[in-house]
Amino acid sequence: MLDKVVYLDNAAATRLDERVLEAMKPYFFDVYAVATSEFGYSQGIEAREALESAREILSNALGACDDRFIFTSGSTESSNIALKGVALALGEKKGKHIIVSKIEDFPVLHSAKALERQGFRVTYLDVDSDGFVDLDQLKESITDETILVSIQHANQEIGTLQDIETIGRICREKEVLFHTDATHTFTRVPLDVRKVPVDLITVSARTIHGPSSIGGLYIRKGTLIAKWVDGGFQEFDLRAGIENIPGAVGFAKAVELVMLEENNRLQAMRDHLIDRVLAEIPATTLNGHRWKRIPQNANITFHLVEGESITLHLDMRGFAVSTGSACFSRSLEASHVIRGIGGDHERAHGSVRFTFGRYNTLEDVDAVVETVAEVVRELRNISPLGKN
Amino acid sequence: MKFPYSEKVLEHFRHPRNVGKIENPDGKAVEGSPACGDMVAVYIKVDPETRRLTDVKFESYGCASNIATGSIITELAKGKTIAEAKKVTWKQASEALGGLPPIKVHCSVLAVDGLRSAIQNYEERHGLVKERETTTVEVVRKRLKKVINPVSGLNLVRTNLVKDIEVKDGIVRVVIDLPPNHQFASAIKEEIADKIEHLWDVKKLVVDFTE
Repeated sequence: MLDKVVYLDNAAATRLDERVLEAMKPYFFDVYAVATSEFGYSQGIEAREALESAREILSNALGACDDRFIFTSGSTESSNIALKGVALALGEKKGKHIIVSKIEDFPVLHSAKALERQGFRVTYLDVDSDGFVDLDQLKESITDETILVSIQHANQEIGTLQDIETIGRICREKEVLFHTDATHTFTRVPLDVRKVPVDLITVSARTIHGPSSIGGLYIRKGTLIAKWVDGGFQEFDLRAGIENIPGAVGFAKAVELVMLEENNRLQAMRDHLIDRVLAEIPATTLNGHRWKRIPQNANITFHLVEGESITLHLDMRGFAVSTGSACFSRSLEASHVIRGIGGDHERAHGSVRFTFGRYNTLEDVDAVVETVAEVVRELRNISPLGKN
Repeated sequence: MKFPYSEKVLEHFRHPRNVGKIENPDGKAVEGSPACGDMVAVYIKVDPETRRLTDVKFESYGCASNIATGSIITELAKGKTIAEAKKVTWKQASEALGGLPPIKVHCSVLAVDGLRSAIQNYEERHGLVKERETTTVEVVRKRLKKVINPVSGLNLVRTNLVKDIEVKDGIVRVVIDLPPNHQFASAIKEEIADKIEHLWDVKKLVVDFTE
């Protein structure tokens, strides 16, 4: 129907890079054995070597050397292991209090809620109008009972980058473990565990043109964490299950392919979109901080119109984006992030997220800005709120 | 390409019919609010002799199904007498659109309510209604039939989710048989408020959930 779809939902999933697929192929057709111990058969040893070298690439990307990096089925599982694994290891020993921000993505937020139902106490930190957590509230909330602080590196919807270096220092000082969900920052924004005192990091391949269903969890040496997925002794006996070797190899390749130049290019697209929309379309608000945000995210509320109508019109014209509107979500709930930063339902309903990736260009940005301007104008024309 | 709606819905969404305001309408109504997500305004012109709807227009702040239903409802109502137009149901609108997803009932039923309310507004303005109805348990139950359980697309009463209704001294208490942390609990609560709170003799609404 349309020659080309301009895909601007790269925070949800990304197109696989062919070079990643090429790197993975041998592990589907030639070396498909499970990773055996060093006393196994040759194909199994080869598989294990591929897995370990992928692990090394992932660890290096975070600046880690003698820490642990375990592969998981994705960022959801990684965050589940981080929260529930620490709760299981320290709940009885140290205390039953966990701190998260109220705009965390669902894997962290709902793991916290699940622990709450098991008798843990959870503090949900407020954020300001840009989405930054209140550092004083964090300091005041930590008690002797606190076992874990989980605050995302950047927000999944509005892209705001938290000051995790300071958050990490606060946690270190109070001797509390710190987990960060880096799903939307990994390789896009520097994160080095030698500089940032963070104990657990969630990462994922799907946001960087790697394969889907592979993620990882960085675990600083000495971190007390219990096994959550039981079975065999894989992944340092921390996460059971036959290893996804093509996935791990593909993840490592995807990491190697992200270049600084690309991140600068994404940032240029982001800035171009934000500048044009705010200047050219009336009644628009940027959600998230103007500069302290990930390079690939722009999130804008188009007031007086509803987001699902915008996304459907854009879809029919060949653009894929997402919205924080209740009508778009499975739960019929308006975005907890927009509401968390103090927005009302109307601001959430009209919010549209544009996220860029390797296969987007500045021409795509111009095309989507012009199309969204037209769509918003049309929708405001039929809206009882839209005149004047 | 695959879209989440029928061809007919998309057609009305893309080219909504009878959009806009009517100058000096004989009846008008607004249903919903920006706070609850969707909002529809309906304007009607009525022939005083025949009591037929000579013109029906709508405006929508809402999602695709809300816009499409607003559009189809104006087509279905135009030319009908007010008595006939009052009987237009959500089901008829949905059928005329080639079907709507059950989860979208709550967004689209607003347009049907809007049409009925605009007619009611006309009747009130032209002395065609008697006195204001007192809110009773039955009135509340009838109104809860308009609140849709998004899981099934059927209303709360029909799906046996209304466990209890009390009306006392202007305070209405509704007990819904769902846990308070159910994924649709807050959406349902908002919709109940939308249907009950504005009634003239209701001072306070309390919605409780079961454990």
